[in-house]
Amino acid sequence: MRKVYTKIDQIVGPVVTLRAKDIAYGEIARIRLQDGNQTYAQVIKLRQDEVTLQVFAGSKGISTGDEVEFLGRQVQLRFSPENLLGRTFNGVGEPIDGRPALQQTIDIDIGGPSFNPARRIIPSQPIQTGIPMIDMFNTLVKSQKLPIFSVAGEPYNELLARIALQAEADVIVLGGMGLKYDDYLFFKSQLVPSKERTILFVHTAADPVVECMMVPDMALAAAEQYATDGKDVLVLLTDMTAYADAMKEVAVAMEQIPANRGYPGDLYSQLAARYEKAVDIEGSGSITLLAVTTMPGDDVTHPVPDNTGYITEGQFYLKGGVIDPFGSLSRLKQLVNKDTRKDHAPLMNAMIRLYDASRKVRQQQSMGFAISTFDQAVLAFGEEFEARMMDLKVNLSLPEQLDLGWEILANHFTPAQTTLPSKLTEVYWPKDVN
Amino acid sequence: MSDKQGSVLGVSGNMVTVRFTGHVRMNEVAFIELGGDEGARLKAEVIRIRGDECDMQVFEDTRGIRIGTHVAFTGELLAIELGPGLLSTTYDGLGNPLDALANQCGFFLQRGVYLPTLDRSTKWAWTPVARVGQRLTAGDALGTVPEAMYKHRIMVPFGIVGAVEVIDLAPPGDLTVADTVATVKLLDTGEVRELNMVMPWPVKRPIQAYAERLLPDRPLTTRIRIVDAFFPVAEGGTACVPGPFGSGKTVFQQGVSKYAEADVVIVAACGERAGEVVETLREFPELIDPRTGRSLIERTIIICNTSSMPVAAREASVYTAVTLAEYYRQMGLRALLLADSTSRWAQALREMSGRLEEIPGEEAFPAYLGSLIAAFYERAGLVRVEDPNLGTSEGSVTTIGTVSPAGGNFEEPVTQSTLAVVGCFLGLTYARSYAKRFPAISPIDSWSKYIDRMKPSLEATYFEGWVDTVKRLATYYVAGQRVGDQMKVVGEEDLGLDDFVHFLGAEFIDAVFLQQNAFDPVDASPSADRTALALQLTARLVDHDWGFTSKDQARDTFTDLTATFRDWNITAPDAPEYQQLLDRIEARLSGSVATAA
Repeated sequence: MRKVYTKIDQIVGPVVTLRAKDIAYGEIARIRLQDGNQTYAQVIKLRQDEVTLQVFAGSKGISTGDEVEFLGRQVQLRFSPENLLGRTFNGVGEPIDGRPALQQTIDIDIGGPSFNPARRIIPSQPIQTGIPMIDMFNTLVKSQKLPIFSVAGEPYNELLARIALQAEADVIVLGGMGLKYDDYLFFKSQLVPSKERTILFVHTAADPVVECMMVPDMALAAAEQYATDGKDVLVLLTDMTAYADAMKEVAVAMEQIPANRGYPGDLYSQLAARYEKAVDIEGSGSITLLAVTTMPGDDVTHPVPDNTGYITEGQFYLKGGVIDPFGSLSRLKQLVNKDTRKDHAPLMNAMIRLYDASRKVRQQQSMGFAISTFDQAVLAFGEEFEARMMDLKVNLSLPEQLDLGWEILANHFTPAQTTLPSKLTEVYWPKDVN
Repeated sequence: MSDKQGSVLGVSGNMVTVRFTGHVRMNEVAFIELGGDEGARLKAEVIRIRGDECDMQVFEDTRGIRIGTHVAFTGELLAIELGPGLLSTTYDGLGNPLDALANQCGFFLQRGVYLPTLDRSTKWAWTPVARVGQRLTAGDALGTVPEAMYKHRIMVPFGIVGAVEVIDLAPPGDLTVADTVATVKLLDTGEVRELNMVMPWPVKRPIQAYAERLLPDRPLTTRIRIVDAFFPVAEGGTACVPGPFGSGKTVFQQGVSKYAEADVVIVAACGERAGEVVETLREFPELIDPRTGRSLIERTIIICNTSSMPVAAREASVYTAVTLAEYYRQMGLRALLLADSTSRWAQALREMSGRLEEIPGEEAFPAYLGSLIAAFYERAGLVRVEDPNLGTSEGSVTTIGTVSPAGGNFEEPVTQSTLAVVGCFLGLTYARSYAKRFPAISPIDSWSKYIDRMKPSLEATYFEGWVDTVKRLATYYVAGQRVGDQMKVVGEEDLGLDDFVHFLGAEFIDAVFLQQNAFDPVDASPSADRTALALQLTARLVDHDWGFTSKDQARDTFTDLTATFRDWNITAPDAPEYQQLLDRIEARLSGSVATAA
């Protein structure tokens, strides 16, 4: 039975209210606008016969006399394991790449139940990205959830694109929220080489705000399908702050009492529900999640990065165009970097220590202090380290990264000066350098 | 079934408004009966009643609920089953065993599936302790069954009012929890009741079947030096551990759950990462508790309502956890409850309060946040239990709650409401974690109200004069840090030698005693004897009149002492280096090396 109504009582922001009967919570409806367009909406509140809907395309141009048809189902992703790859969708799951609609799909409810904690396993496998500041210094681990804390103007989308191209994963799902159209085009052009393993869900800044809120759920619902089918999926989201701002906008339109800086009180739970989709399924696939979180005013105590930090397993700081080795932390790296190569952890620690020293020397130098010969070596090391390892364009395998690390050390120091154990330097110190 | 009926009148997030006929109880449990293919029955709890409408928080995803959906009331408050089989099991916030759920539903949690908390097929070796004809009251043991290394008491239900007379007792034998173990007559009403080993108890009501509450006067040893010495937690006391993300809350909490000298440890993972629970789940069965020789999981119960699980069940989870702790306390055991994190619980309250459209307090937390936090921590305590057959025993619930303050700012409502009611404050700071000084508990801001009250038992545990030594070192440390701050301004050159030595002494206390390596097998859990020795030695080294003539000499001496002492910290007592390292430190004290330096 079709349930069609033609009288909308109230329109506030992206939220409309009308009277209707026998409607399920969470159900979706189709609104036919007088200009011939149509949009979808989801039930977000029921009170007797009063139904409140959030309109995916926003309420612009909606008339109180528009036709609302309830579809009797929840928000779903049309899924098809082969046909989804290489395609681009909007936040509601409709193709926007100009290609035909998907065939032979199954409908998947988005925002599905959470993974049983008793069936989780301890993460144990690294994901190589080719980027030394990740693979060598803060290893990304399969099933890990990590934000990339950054500020407007930093090349976070370039970093994501690079990871999408280089990372070891069977499927890459990229969710864009509040993307500038230029950034969308950038992703589209950059990801061509790995197209056959990539799916895009895109909400651009000009698109309706409610669609923004759907992007992570769509992306993660697709990821979950592949992961339960044995695939290792890497989900890349950008930008979670835009997502949180969309939630804020809808919560305010619903007259919810705000908690911190206008964000709804359930911000933590909402973010956690998405991040916790990251999982390693025993005997099957996995979901790993990297999400850009821009920090308004470079303030890590802002509610979005703050709540995120409590949820995720570490963070990458993208600052000054590089992944900062001091603020960044992969909490799971020690689970994997003990099994890569035996020089990995000690070499990493020695290089970070020396790089830290080089920053201090640089400070002293700028204050006009005299610099010793050893300090000059430290300084030169720091410069080479930045140029050859921290640059985001570097793309090397982990053994190459480690060898490069030894090479850079050998260019500036004697083995003893690095204080690395001699049983390591005897094996790995480059032979052709002094 | 009760005569009252309800139907859904409104849905907003996880709150459902229901119109009912008959009478409903506050905090009563009801099931929302979804029709359709799924046919799920969703558990919910009454949280507000107005006229013939009540608001209920639903412990599940509410999608698919309609206006008019039928609601079945149970007449019972939200309760958990108490009985043997709780230890070493993992439950969600409502007491559903997660392993059994996974066996039934697979990898993902399915809504509307509820399983009994206690396994109905396990057989327990029942031994009666009461006698037929004996008069008992609530909490008195009818018999015992062995559970892990404890005698699990099967007790007269805590909710029974007045005395009962034992009419019949099952003979010793292997019984399931559902088998009748006793028949009793309630003397007030004359009602005859058959009892089994399952005792449902409403989680939001404290268990009070004890003779009296005692003043906590002895420490609960955590084996974390800075806590045990400087900010000790009392057995039956409370502590609060606030800290920003990345300050080492999880490592601290896991350390306490492993090494604390409690009989039963209840870990409430309330709205935190599932990954952290997994480590506990997978590691504990492998780790042997040196005090009992059995695996750590056997003394542990995990209540796991992680951040992506339904938020209303998160609210219930801390109550479920403290109820379990109180239950084992009734058997004369020392229960330790680790609630991680109470901020997530408070946020669940805030979400519900928002849905109820209550007038918000600070940061939109409900105005009653403070009283709920106080009531929760007040369920900790040391009690005396009198049993007519098993005699007197003392049991305790010690509660350590972590707080995750927004932005790392301790001025926020949850931290402040908690500090008002706890006996011990262990503040984790960024400054210490950035400097890699772990555990990052601030030696300056933290406090414990228990230290003076516990003086006799502390000195019996460690040594005569322990409390005075600790206080002297604490004062010395704080003053030394102040010298350090001063030095940052005036530079090392302009600081006097005595002040400089004071600063080095404070840094020495920090490096060898306050800091502890949670990942080192030896340093992670020093015994009380070892901590006593470490404190004594630290005090002697700091008090020693070194007679330094230059700053370099002082610095070299303390650098060497720090390295030696830290080596000793990670050396097992049975290793040959153990005594050698101590001898080296003694040699320094006797002066033979100091003058040479």
